Amino acid sequence: MNIYLEIFTTFSKIGAFTIGGGYAMIPVIQKEIVDKRAWVNNEEFMDMLAISQSAPGILAINISIFIGQRLRGIKGSIIAAIGTALPSFVMILLIAMFFNNFRDNEIVNRVFMGIRPVVVALIAVPLISLSKSTNLNKYTSFIPAISVLLIVMLGISPVYLIIAGAVLGLFYFYLIKR
Amino acid sequence: MIYLQLFITFFKIGLFTFGGGYAMISLIQNEVVVTHQWVDASTFTDIIAISQMTPGPLGINSATYIGYSVTGNMWGSLIATFAVCLPSFIIILLIALLYKQFKKNKWFDAALSGIKPVVLGLIASAAILLVTPDNFVDWKSWVLFVAAFAATQWGKQSPILIIILGGIAGYILY
Repeated sequence: MNIYLEIFTTFSKIGAFTIGGGYAMIPVIQKEIVDKRAWVNNEEFMDMLAISQSAPGILAINISIFIGQRLRGIKGSIIAAIGTALPSFVMILLIAMFFNNFRDNEIVNRVFMGIRPVVVALIAVPLISLSKSTNLNKYTSFIPAISVLLIVMLGISPVYLIIAGAVLGLFYFYLIKR
Repeated sequence: MIYLQLFITFFKIGLFTFGGGYAMISLIQNEVVVTHQWVDASTFTDIIAISQMTPGPLGINSATYIGYSVTGNMWGSLIATFAVCLPSFIIILLIALLYKQFKKNKWFDAALSGIKPVVLGLIASAAILLVTPDNFVDWKSWVLFVAAFAATQWGKQSPILIIILGGIAGYILY
């Protein structure tokens, strides 16, 4: 099979069959790319994953671009990313086209009244494990608290807080670790 | 011009998302719900619910949905989705070129160590800002919230199952 077609079908399969976002996709990508096709070995994959996680953007898209680039340069990266994004793009587009017509439906409305508080809970859940893995000390635990205050009370854009966090991290490194 | 606004907004979201989909919610919310008011908080909550139940990353799903809602056609979806991915292309392709130097870059790691605690604040803000009168209509909403939190955190149930059960509960309760 043509390699570009193979890249496209592999990544669109990954995009079409993983529900639950980026982290759910990782084991599926690993199985397809490392175990089945041997496009990269496991060590390379782990490096790519670590870099994709620390780079900005959507994790699944980042790693698709990385692997596509490794296989066939820029063209490969574009095809891999389109493959990953296309299934959800098509599905969500269809939902967006039709869901707006159903939103005023009484049954749909009742169902979503139950779903909304549940979704808020799902967003709050990772906070517990994340706050453990972030290793906050008595100084750094102010950072999330201040971020919440600035975003919720003052409506400050998270963009500025990300930049401030990066500057703070660099500053600390420059002053103390060197 | 709305298409240019969509492009700039989602490019910004793609460029400044660190720490995965949940951190991205806070950025999308600030831009799309607070600044541009393209969708309201409860519609945004519905988009997250739909994203969780359909395949693919949250960032792609939100960009596609909001792009369509704002413009009423698929070009809006296409531009928003393209824009949210574009920073990744630029950054990952650069990294791929400088792979060896990047693998152990102390400065980058230092910056990232400062971003990590902020991400925690972003996710918490996203959850707090979604506690609106439209999303929490009465005490039953809070019961559902607590039950869903407990079932996911300690019961280790899958988010999809929790959302489906939430929908069934909503149908029965309201």
